[in-house]
Amino acid sequence: MTMHILSRDWLLSEDPETRMQARLGQFYRLARALMRNPLAMVGLAIIVMLLLVAALAPWLAPYSPLEGNLQNRLQPPSAAHWMGTDELGRDIMSRVIFGARITLFIVLLVAVIAAPLGLMIGAVSGYFGGWVDRVLMSVTDIFLSMPRLILALAFVAALGPGIENAVIAIAITTWPVYARIARAETLTFRTAEFIAAAQMQGASHARIIARHVVPLCLSSTIVRVTLDMAGIILTAAGLGFLGLGAQPPLPEWGAMISRGRAFILDQWWVATMPGFAIVIVSLGFCLFGDGLRDVLDPKGRSKS
Amino acid sequence: MAQAIRLFGPLAARLLPIVWLLLVVALTFLGLLAITFVIGRVVPIDPVLAVVGDRASRETYEAARLAMGLDDPLLVQFVRYVIEVAQGNLGRSVSTGRPVIEDLARVFPATLEMATIGIIIGVVIGVPMGVMAAARQGTWIDQIIRVLALAGYAIPAFWLGLVGLVIFYAKFRLVGGPGRIDIFMDGMVPVRTGLLLIDSLIAGDMRAFRSAWSHVVLPATILGFFSLAYIARMTRSFMLEQLSQEYIITARVKGAPERVIIWRHAFRPIRVQLITVIGLSYAGLLEGSVMIETVFSWPGIGNYLTTALLNADMNAVLGATLVIGAVFITINKGSDLLYRLMDPRARA
Repeated sequence: MTMHILSRDWLLSEDPETRMQARLGQFYRLARALMRNPLAMVGLAIIVMLLLVAALAPWLAPYSPLEGNLQNRLQPPSAAHWMGTDELGRDIMSRVIFGARITLFIVLLVAVIAAPLGLMIGAVSGYFGGWVDRVLMSVTDIFLSMPRLILALAFVAALGPGIENAVIAIAITTWPVYARIARAETLTFRTAEFIAAAQMQGASHARIIARHVVPLCLSSTIVRVTLDMAGIILTAAGLGFLGLGAQPPLPEWGAMISRGRAFILDQWWVATMPGFAIVIVSLGFCLFGDGLRDVLDPKGRSKS
Repeated sequence: MAQAIRLFGPLAARLLPIVWLLLVVALTFLGLLAITFVIGRVVPIDPVLAVVGDRASRETYEAARLAMGLDDPLLVQFVRYVIEVAQGNLGRSVSTGRPVIEDLARVFPATLEMATIGIIIGVVIGVPMGVMAAARQGTWIDQIIRVLALAGYAIPAFWLGLVGLVIFYAKFRLVGGPGRIDIFMDGMVPVRTGLLLIDSLIAGDMRAFRSAWSHVVLPATILGFFSLAYIARMTRSFMLEQLSQEYIITARVKGAPERVIIWRHAFRPIRVQLITVIGLSYAGLLEGSVMIETVFSWPGIGNYLTTALLNADMNAVLGATLVIGAVFITINKGSDLLYRLMDPRARA
């Protein structure tokens, strides 16, 4: 049996014997389709690198991210300090490495808050239809037609600066997109026979939504979340840049760029180095999201 | 639709979607007001304390609270808030000491000037690029658009602004630095429209015009870059859709020159769709200017907003949010309306 699991024939079998075999087979097909897309693989590599760097930060960073040597302040990039040092003599590369943790923390938390929220609202809206749909979608549309960054700024202003509040503010402005997608997806199968069958077996609305509707909306939501990651990273960095996100001395990339602004004309590396990190990580999520969309949701290809 | 024609007649049936859209717009504005109202109320700063000071006695505090109407039901307070805003009363800014609405009227033209030049750059370069990419699919210009689109998604605008300052201002002295005009000419041009480029032309001051131009060109180009990436990508996909239609094959078979096929047959039908895209990215530019203005110390609404944020000047924050939000919604829905009026396919 264990021999079988690793074989291609077992994975690609037309009539799987167990549910697990079917799932693994599906996963295998997906992975193979993704592998054929080199750009998506580059994206995946960048994301894996971000995860590794964040996990291994204390071992990878050559210096402390928080303590510097004032005699070494504002040193240009050299063999000892690959990205130079900042105004407090801290090693910029070490700070960028530790900053990966903050970025990862922010994007994961936003995804964990906003995606399920939007998914639930969209699924409920599409499943029930009628006035529930109309009310929920009006609220969604109001949020959708507002400038997201400005809204996030205003929310942070109200909640006070800090990473957690930045996460909440970004999540508040992100969920409507997922609600729209989940609703559109739900509408395509809400009158399908398997839903009617579940209803006739006496399943409650909550059960049908949770077990039958939401799983079917998952793939398009996941694609969209991956594509949105870059935007979330940029917004978070923007809040940090304005001094509303992570507070000093935390090595958040946007906040580091903001500190480096004061020396931009003479010590350009202080502000530009963290920016490269932002660009590379955002690019990774963009490329991987594009590839994922082509595999999971071929319909969405032409739309954006 | 058929039922609507029977009930209201053909003209009314055509107007009905527009009336509906206007209703949606009104609702959206109300939603925006509701959001700023909620934000204004959950702020941990006590509005009464801000007025009476923290040494006021309990009675004075209570009296002020009553006078400000803060013990009324929330709905009553909200209605009062909406009426105030409708009358143009956005409160007084703590940091400038002037009514917020006056401040906003003063700073808005600067943002408008920069965003307008940005969108012109985006349209003038982006649209032809998108058309060319669709006409020659898979060639270098097509690849450039893919790279630009990715760059538009992945590069933070504020960082690109800083890098631009280092390269074009500090290293090569090709453009002016931060601010709207060279410091020694600041305030010398009489204000007519608030748009410095036009004001200096009216005054006939070419030196001021050149200075203002050298200051606006970099931030506007960076803003324009982000709209260019989006506009070119959308133009390309609209054009591809048209070029795959059968009437294009007919035109080709008929022997029409390629230039005519592309610009007359394929480009014409997408003009209306493009207006929506351009409208959306114009609105996006007004928003994007918040970051760019901070980087370039551009005295516009974005800079006003971020300064107010750091000073916890809540009236100014909410006022700027309201104005940017309102402009955003108006452009957004306005281009939607224009699309419905001009495109016969959207009317059906």
